[in-house]
Amino acid sequence: MKQIKEKHSLAMRWCHWVNFPMLSVMIWSGMLIYWANDEYKVTLFGHTFFKFFPDWFYTKFHLVHRLSEGMAFHFLFMWFFILNGVFYVAYTLVSGEWRELVPQKKSFKEAWQVLLHDLHIRKMAPPQKKYNAAQRIAYTAIIVMGIGSVVTGLAIYKPVQFYYLTWLCGGYHFARIIHFVLTLGYVFFFVIHVVQVFLAGWKNFSSAVTGFEVINTKPIIEKAHDEEKS
Amino acid sequence: MTKKKVKQSLTIDQKINRRTFISFGVFGAAVAGGVFGWKWLYNSPDEVKGITGGQRVPLRRALNKTEIAVRRLFYNENHLVKTYPKSMAAKNVRYNSDIGIEDNKPFDIAAWKLEVKKQNGETLNVTLADLKALPKTEIVFDFKCVEGWDQISYWGGVRLIDFIMHYNLHDQTRLQYVGMETPDKTYYVGIDMPSAIHPQTLLAYEVNAKPLPLDHGAPLRLIIPVKYGIKNLKRIGTISFSNARPRDYWAELGYDYYSGL
Repeated sequence: MKQIKEKHSLAMRWCHWVNFPMLSVMIWSGMLIYWANDEYKVTLFGHTFFKFFPDWFYTKFHLVHRLSEGMAFHFLFMWFFILNGVFYVAYTLVSGEWRELVPQKKSFKEAWQVLLHDLHIRKMAPPQKKYNAAQRIAYTAIIVMGIGSVVTGLAIYKPVQFYYLTWLCGGYHFARIIHFVLTLGYVFFFVIHVVQVFLAGWKNFSSAVTGFEVINTKPIIEKAHDEEKS
Repeated sequence: MTKKKVKQSLTIDQKINRRTFISFGVFGAAVAGGVFGWKWLYNSPDEVKGITGGQRVPLRRALNKTEIAVRRLFYNENHLVKTYPKSMAAKNVRYNSDIGIEDNKPFDIAAWKLEVKKQNGETLNVTLADLKALPKTEIVFDFKCVEGWDQISYWGGVRLIDFIMHYNLHDQTRLQYVGMETPDKTYYVGIDMPSAIHPQTLLAYEVNAKPLPLDHGAPLRLIIPVKYGIKNLKRIGTISFSNARPRDYWAELGYDYYSGL
């Protein structure tokens, strides 16, 4: 027999799907800004392994010479990004849903088992409630990262007025680096997230829109019948 | 019995279908609305070029409103820019732009005078020697370019507020803006009064304790640490005061008029 199992509250779905385009615009406009001083690279022992970003990347995505445009978009959409994040955190706190989201003591140990299970190395996944240990860590980390982006963002947006934030971030120069690295983190999160959503299948994706999943439970009568047979 | 059971499972199916239909309907409408809204914003026309230019109309409005909101909520003229010991200042001070001070333009540094235009039309001419006779202030701070780079640099000159007091221009500070232009009038900035009279705003004639070289704006440039580099005009020709926003080179090209930090 089919049953409706409530999974994601309306507020959760709302915040999730508002955040996606907001963060996309923030990353894109951030790229337009970064282009104007694209000095970050991965260098080890004097050898540069990767430069953020290669020229083909800028030309392919039309990111060249658009600093003022990028700033204008960035400083408009920051409001929506921040408000949506504040609402989400407030909601999870008030509703108590944070209990399913923040990592527990055992989560850090279990997350490895989840990872090994997802990579088909381990057969059994640890038992879980709504979210498994790896999800708890990821979904909490992404909120901490969001707060980090807002704090480092404000630190480079108004370093004189928010001098205490700039100090907290280790100065203007370092704040810009953290702001950039956090953005790389979002892209990494996004890739893993989308792969996982694909692997989890349509039913799971659908629940992120409708809020529920359909589960099939066998009626007790049939179950008794089955047992008789066996 | 069987009939009732079928009916019951149908109700659940109906519920599922109904909720799925509504959810995906709303989701689809929201996606369409988002795409439509984005297209509207992205394709919105550029502002008519005036004091500001080169930006989409709604984005310019947002820039102005955001700046005013942030200023009202957080601005405090007592917030000082962080300063550093002289030993941390860069020896080679980065030079990024020569708009208004190009090498091929004739400029006689010896004949230079600063022209101060009061709102009532009176003008005042000040020589470099006059400026050097005023109390000198030095600052070592992290100079920030709108492009994203920053560099600790060391400047010396007269605080703009000291200059204003010395030349009895206090009444001019009741106006809302200060405008500055290069002698050839090809680079120009507008500064809101609170930033102009900020205690760290300098009319600088020295960098690294030496007279300014030409590419850093000799003989006199603006050093305004509460603004991005684009507002730190090199080779000041004129200073004026007004209630209307003075013209501003980069604001005409899509940048925020205030560009404050």
